[in-house]
Amino acid sequence: MTGNVIIDAAILLGIVGLTAAIILYFVSKVFKVIEDPRIDEIAAVLPGANCGGCGYPGCRTLAEAIVKAGSIEGIFCPVGGEKTAQKIADILGISAASAEPKIAVIRCNGSCENAPAKSFYDSTLSCAFAHSLFAGESACAYGCLGCGDCAAACKFNAIYIDKLTKLPVIVEEACVACGICVTTCPRNIIELRNRGKNGKRVYVTCRNQEKGAWAKKNCNVACIGCGKCAKACQFEAITLTNNLAYIDYTKCKLCKKCVSECPTQAITAVNFPAPKKEKIEVSTTSEE
Amino acid sequence: MKTFKIGGIHPEENKLAKEEAIEVFPIPKQVTLFVTQHLGAPSTPIVQAGDKVKVGQLVATAQTLVCANLHSPVSGTVVKVEPVPDMTGYRKLAITIDVEDDIWEETIDTTSEIRKEITLTKPEIIERIKACGVVGLGGACFPTHVKYMVPPEKKVDYIIVNGAECEPYITTDHRIMLENGEECLIGVQALLIASGAPEARIGIEANKPDAFEHLQRLASQYPNIKVFKLKTKYPQGAEKQLIKSLTGREVPNGKLPIEVGCIVNNITTTYAIYEAVQKNKPLIETYTTISGKRAKTLKNYKIRLGTSISEVLSTVGIPENTGKIVSGGPMMGKAIANINSYFVKGMSSLLFIDESESKRGVVEECIRCGKCVTACPMGLEPYLLYALATRADYEECEKHGIMNCIECGSCQYGCPAFRPLLDMIRVGKNKTGYMIRTRNK
Amino acid sequence: MNERLLQVSGSPHIHSGESVKKIMWSVIIALIPAFLVSIFYFGIPVIILTFVAVASCVVIEYLIQKYLLKGEITIWDGSAIITGLLLAFNLPANLPLWMVVIGAAFAIGIGKMAFGGLGKNLFNPALAARVFLLISFPVQMTTYPIAKPIFHLGADIITGPTPLGILKEGVKNGQPVDSIMHSTQMPDYINMLFGQMGGSFGEVSAIAIAIGAIFLLIRKVITWHIPVSFLLSVFLFAGIFHWVDPTMYANPFFHLLTGGVMLGACFMATDMVTSPISPRGMIVFGLGCGIITMVIRLFGAYPEGVSFAILIMNSLVPLINKGFKPKVFGVAKQK
Repeated sequence: MTGNVIIDAAILLGIVGLTAAIILYFVSKVFKVIEDPRIDEIAAVLPGANCGGCGYPGCRTLAEAIVKAGSIEGIFCPVGGEKTAQKIADILGISAASAEPKIAVIRCNGSCENAPAKSFYDSTLSCAFAHSLFAGESACAYGCLGCGDCAAACKFNAIYIDKLTKLPVIVEEACVACGICVTTCPRNIIELRNRGKNGKRVYVTCRNQEKGAWAKKNCNVACIGCGKCAKACQFEAITLTNNLAYIDYTKCKLCKKCVSECPTQAITAVNFPAPKKEKIEVSTTSEE
Repeated sequence: MKTFKIGGIHPEENKLAKEEAIEVFPIPKQVTLFVTQHLGAPSTPIVQAGDKVKVGQLVATAQTLVCANLHSPVSGTVVKVEPVPDMTGYRKLAITIDVEDDIWEETIDTTSEIRKEITLTKPEIIERIKACGVVGLGGACFPTHVKYMVPPEKKVDYIIVNGAECEPYITTDHRIMLENGEECLIGVQALLIASGAPEARIGIEANKPDAFEHLQRLASQYPNIKVFKLKTKYPQGAEKQLIKSLTGREVPNGKLPIEVGCIVNNITTTYAIYEAVQKNKPLIETYTTISGKRAKTLKNYKIRLGTSISEVLSTVGIPENTGKIVSGGPMMGKAIANINSYFVKGMSSLLFIDESESKRGVVEECIRCGKCVTACPMGLEPYLLYALATRADYEECEKHGIMNCIECGSCQYGCPAFRPLLDMIRVGKNKTGYMIRTRNK
Repeated sequence: MNERLLQVSGSPHIHSGESVKKIMWSVIIALIPAFLVSIFYFGIPVIILTFVAVASCVVIEYLIQKYLLKGEITIWDGSAIITGLLLAFNLPANLPLWMVVIGAAFAIGIGKMAFGGLGKNLFNPALAARVFLLISFPVQMTTYPIAKPIFHLGADIITGPTPLGILKEGVKNGQPVDSIMHSTQMPDYINMLFGQMGGSFGEVSAIAIAIGAIFLLIRKVITWHIPVSFLLSVFLFAGIFHWVDPTMYANPFFHLLTGGVMLGACFMATDMVTSPISPRGMIVFGLGCGIITMVIRLFGAYPEGVSFAILIMNSLVPLINKGFKPKVFGVAKQK
């Protein structure tokens, strides 16, 4: 009796399995979607993080777009970088253009200490919302709101909000310069800049476009648009627009003259060897 | 008693200042007038530092359609025209005037005599409303004249007047109805002429029986004005809900009230319209309730525009443990971030919310109680929109009608898990709106 | 001017004061009448069993949150207490205590925390645990003590079947319903109303449950939609069958008053987390619960089907939420 049951079950299962296999086979034949095989190939070399850094919703859509365009001009995967670009170019049989490695930088130094709070934000932790509501706890209409939209948007855990300063910090090793934080920030504080030699970078940590007096009122380290840095720079890398200095990273030779010149310490230099400390992370500027 | 059907809540009314007669706040030494006191494009200043101005003189003009004129509320000398931080802390262009005396423009009728007879014609009334810079004083500050530029294919059946004042605490509309009811009705008459509508309906919430009886008595002399009692229910005064309550018509979603032949105005706006049409007096004052559970004094002030908020605050005193100062009602008003700012059109209150009440509760998990869904007067699902907006799925947000949200706050008011529903819905609405606009381009 | 920093936040600036904690404790208060009646009829074991169920639910939730999830401890929000209470209410008063602990572990561990904790569970944890116990320990779970007032000091607890059990057994043996109803075992309607009958101890007294439900309705913790549609559909379904063939099918009042219908409709189906959100969805949910309950009672193998019905409908809640949206302002008239 028992033997029969086992045999019956085996036969029954076998038949069910066989039928299912046949149906599946025909379905896959009949409904087969024919697409360019290169899409799969390119999708395979892409990182697959679907970060959206390229401007497309995901890696596969990027692959489709690349194949459709037939070139990678104007399309760049910031995560995969040049290696990936080269691989894609190989698949398409074209040559790849080169791009320098980049990193996100936070152009605001309005920490709790530098820009003391004038009001207390008690709502959803969303920069987008806070931005629509008011100028910010520090009353600087250009400064970081500290709610961490950028940190939440980052797919690579490369940004966190420092608890003391309430400012975002970029984890240099983790940042792939996908640029999602740049588009997420409602105040346009984050910028992608060249990583620089040994990670050395000099940039203005302020976005305030108010006149000096107004800017200084809310924040001790605001750019007051005095223009001293621009005068000091020998490489014409610094421009002054709307009371705000900007250092062009393609021209900057990392001489740090501007850093010492700035009266409000609004220019930050990172990864330079400091006289006292060994290494400065996202820093207050060096004394020299 | 009439009311709307879907959703609605009944917050504590707290109409503490309803017995306080409207008092004139003394003219300050200096006023600062923002050029954006209304919804729409900023108006353009036409004065510069050193210019002498009189009360009621035009100082900034409307250059585009959705924009309003701005007049000097004081006489004196213009000190500067430059950006000043507003209530939110953002700097906006403003005209600062040092006050000297109180000399009015000659064209303005400053007598207190009530002028009943309307001599102006339809286009003249609309032109006068526009010239006098009248905006909706219910909170949104939408330029009133724009509402009366009705497309020729549309017919206006009703002028709807909002005397509901459904926000807790605020009592200015209530006081205006009691003290200036006669003038309001003349203002409504002017609106009837301006729109060609055969009938006006005024809705007043049942918690103001004195105002209701007073207006009903006054309205008996006007056969084309009807006064209705509305159930005390928030948001009774919201445009679409009010139309539904008073006429039974439902504004199709995404459309304006004119679609169902209605134009809605606030009762205080009708008073401003009366002053504009009959007295040629521009909108240079705002009616403001000073209130709060622990407020030192309860007041209903008539304040010249541009008066410093901190000056008013020091006159009335900030109570101990004030967590938040809110301009506008506690349901839809704005928390003031910068008290060194100035009064603008339609700033209907300064409320002192005690710290114990103003502090947001600790956000917990959604327990799917559905209180937000039953509270939503637009029939939306706030818990769902919140989740979708948090996920940044704006396509789905649009599908679930996020753009219909009137931001009344009923959902968040009743949420037992203290979830910041409206905050995120606003973000979602903003982003979804942007998405729709770019798609339509 | 003012030393204190002003708060800034989005509107609204006031809150109704309602909180999850208050809701949960309201439900606990609403369960007290039924609890007292149970003590009256089943005595001290009820107190012990309830205590064990509640304590083990709370302790298990604490352990999971502390050691497994290493997160925030939320045992004082009252939801674990409710799960414990409702679980206990759905058990026979003489169930061995170790089974109660297993049930509690299942309710909290699998029914609730495995889904992500409060607010995320698909099934009512207490019911899931009850069904788990019912399937695992069918004998103990269907042996009910006879209800008798506490002052009536008898010797040992005598066990007996529930009215629904009597009915099912009788119908199976081909007895006409009328004679089953008048058999000596069957309690009369007054006793059913007040709870002197066999059954899970919390579900026996229709009146005590109704008092709790009215309290919840007044407190606006629950709305009328689910209880009314649930009870109404049970009544109509039973009524139609009774009308067609009174010898085979019992009176609808009998079905309303016996078994877990009252408790289920007022406390189990109305669980916020596992019921639909819109009023229309709630009505559909209630109807579904009622119909499935009656189908199981009349045609199924089990004499009682409330737990199964609610669990089945629980699983359909996401679909109901999707299919039955609230009426949206401004679109109704276009159709």
